[in-house]
Amino acid sequence: MSGLVLDKIDKHFGSVVALSDVRLEIAHGQFVCLLGPSGCGKTTLLRIIAGLEAPSAGRVLLDAEEITEQAVHKRGFGMVFQSLALFPHLTVGENIAYGLKVRGLAKPEQDARVAELLELVRLPGLAARHIAQLSGGQRQRIAIARALALKPKLFLLDEPLSALDAKLREEMQIELRLLQQQLGITTIVVTHDQREAMTMADLVVVMGDNRVQQVGAPLDIYRRPVNRFVADFIGSSNLIPGRLREGGVEVAGARLAVAEVGPGLAEGGEASLCIRPEEVRLLAAGEAGANRLPGRVSFVRDLGATVEISLDCAGTQVLCLTMPEQHGQFRQGGTVTVELPAAACLALAP
Amino acid sequence: MIRSAPRGRDHVLAVYPLAMLAVFFLVPFGIMLAVSVFHRVQGGFYEPGFELASYARFFTPFFGGVLGFSLALAGVASLLCVALGFPFTYFLTRMSRRRQVPFLVFLLSVLSLSEVIIGFSWSILLSRTAGLSNLFVALGLLEAPAAWTPGFGALLAGLCYLALPYAVLVLYPALSRLDPELVEAARSLGASPLRTFFTVVVPVLRPAIVAALVMVFVFTLGAYLLPQLLGQPQHWTLSVLITDQAIYQSNLPFAAAMAIFLLAVSLPLVGLTQWLGRRRSLAA
Repeated sequence: MSGLVLDKIDKHFGSVVALSDVRLEIAHGQFVCLLGPSGCGKTTLLRIIAGLEAPSAGRVLLDAEEITEQAVHKRGFGMVFQSLALFPHLTVGENIAYGLKVRGLAKPEQDARVAELLELVRLPGLAARHIAQLSGGQRQRIAIARALALKPKLFLLDEPLSALDAKLREEMQIELRLLQQQLGITTIVVTHDQREAMTMADLVVVMGDNRVQQVGAPLDIYRRPVNRFVADFIGSSNLIPGRLREGGVEVAGARLAVAEVGPGLAEGGEASLCIRPEEVRLLAAGEAGANRLPGRVSFVRDLGATVEISLDCAGTQVLCLTMPEQHGQFRQGGTVTVELPAAACLALAP
Repeated sequence: MIRSAPRGRDHVLAVYPLAMLAVFFLVPFGIMLAVSVFHRVQGGFYEPGFELASYARFFTPFFGGVLGFSLALAGVASLLCVALGFPFTYFLTRMSRRRQVPFLVFLLSVLSLSEVIIGFSWSILLSRTAGLSNLFVALGLLEAPAAWTPGFGALLAGLCYLALPYAVLVLYPALSRLDPELVEAARSLGASPLRTFFTVVVPVLRPAIVAALVMVFVFTLGAYLLPQLLGQPQHWTLSVLITDQAIYQSNLPFAAAMAIFLLAVSLPLVGLTQWLGRRRSLAA
């Protein structure tokens, strides 16, 4: 297929396993986020794609051509490093022109391309500045411009925004996504921040425990996590222990219907009912109906824009996220009816 | 930004280093300066006075030659040490911490060897009767054993051996702080390993390289034992002449004048090197 294919990639450092059996297909023009907690192997995977690390087993293919053994400098990929790795002895312009100079472009063409790239990252006229004179956000953009200078086939970014403060990071996420859409370049970003992944990606690759846990569109992954790890890592989830019973989950004697049953579950076996806090609905005590359980309000956290209500429900802590105007009737210590709408419920392996 | 301490405290803090500088540098240097203009008593010592007779002796071709040779020798030795020490240190710092330790311990133990031991060891190693050439004869690489000492090559080898650990120790901190991602960034932008080395690694580390050059230069300029042990008389440096005048000829005024002359010539050279290093790193 055209695009990037990772075929059964394994990587170990000595006896430590960093990646095992990673298979992935990335079509051209996609914005992909490798998302996972630290130590899950996501950076190693990116470095294998870049050619900075060789896989212990498996193949890397680009447009059906194997590049597993190809040297870094022959791949023609643009990369933004976690430390940004801007050359401190060169000016902004010289940093951006570094790859162009290596390619042997004439000086006027280099200058034209540098000006074009500075325009692209919205920092025109900064070519003569020194790296030390730039702010964090400006350095970020220069690193992006430098990586894009050679019009790379793949644009790789390793935790590119981790050094920025929260506000700037959010701005840059949007900017990076718009830039990628404008250029249509295949982009792979490593991040541990699920908000970042949700903001930018067409395709999220959730990694955990040195393997790929789930691949899909951000909202699909959010709504349909395939296991507890993904449900827990992407946003917050309520995971209520129970047993699988006739395609639903039995919790405290009540059978709750679910929209989907995850893989690896057997009738009568242990299962977790998974539901997002914002899907949980609260009703007055005693209002019986399908997919409802009695509960007690254990804590109310009013955050202004939203309200988080902690509930004690069938012996499990359940979190409900709701709007301020709806919670007036629910006070700490009060009893309520908790509705877990079937359409929002999943049965996952315990 | 580093906030400066109140002015009064600044002065107090300066007292200690200033006192040390005075006791260990300014006073001895002042004495040497004074002695250099004293009158030498032939067959005796010297007596106070003021004359420039000792300085007048510099303006001879002989001194020009010795000075030129001393500076050139120190220059070549420092270039060679850094050329050998830089790749060594670079590869050393790319190893894991644990594997670096034996190398560093070995390097530091070389520092504990005295100049005398190093000098005699090299003179045996390069001698005709017991030296390396015998090994080469045995291996069939040479026809007959050869004497490689005393000579310029032997002197240079000895000086480099003596100064290499210092060059490595000056380079080590800067090289171990070098961000490996800088190298990877250059590679990802299409530069070959060799090109990366010369366009990124060396320029980024230019200050450390200049520091190592200056360090070895000054260090070898002061060496006076090795030229006598490993060199022929035409390889004797100004430092050897100073020792000779001070110890064997009892001509302290002349020895002092030469020492000051050496300092006066080498200090601007050191300053020039550093200025060039700074200017090029700014211009680059």
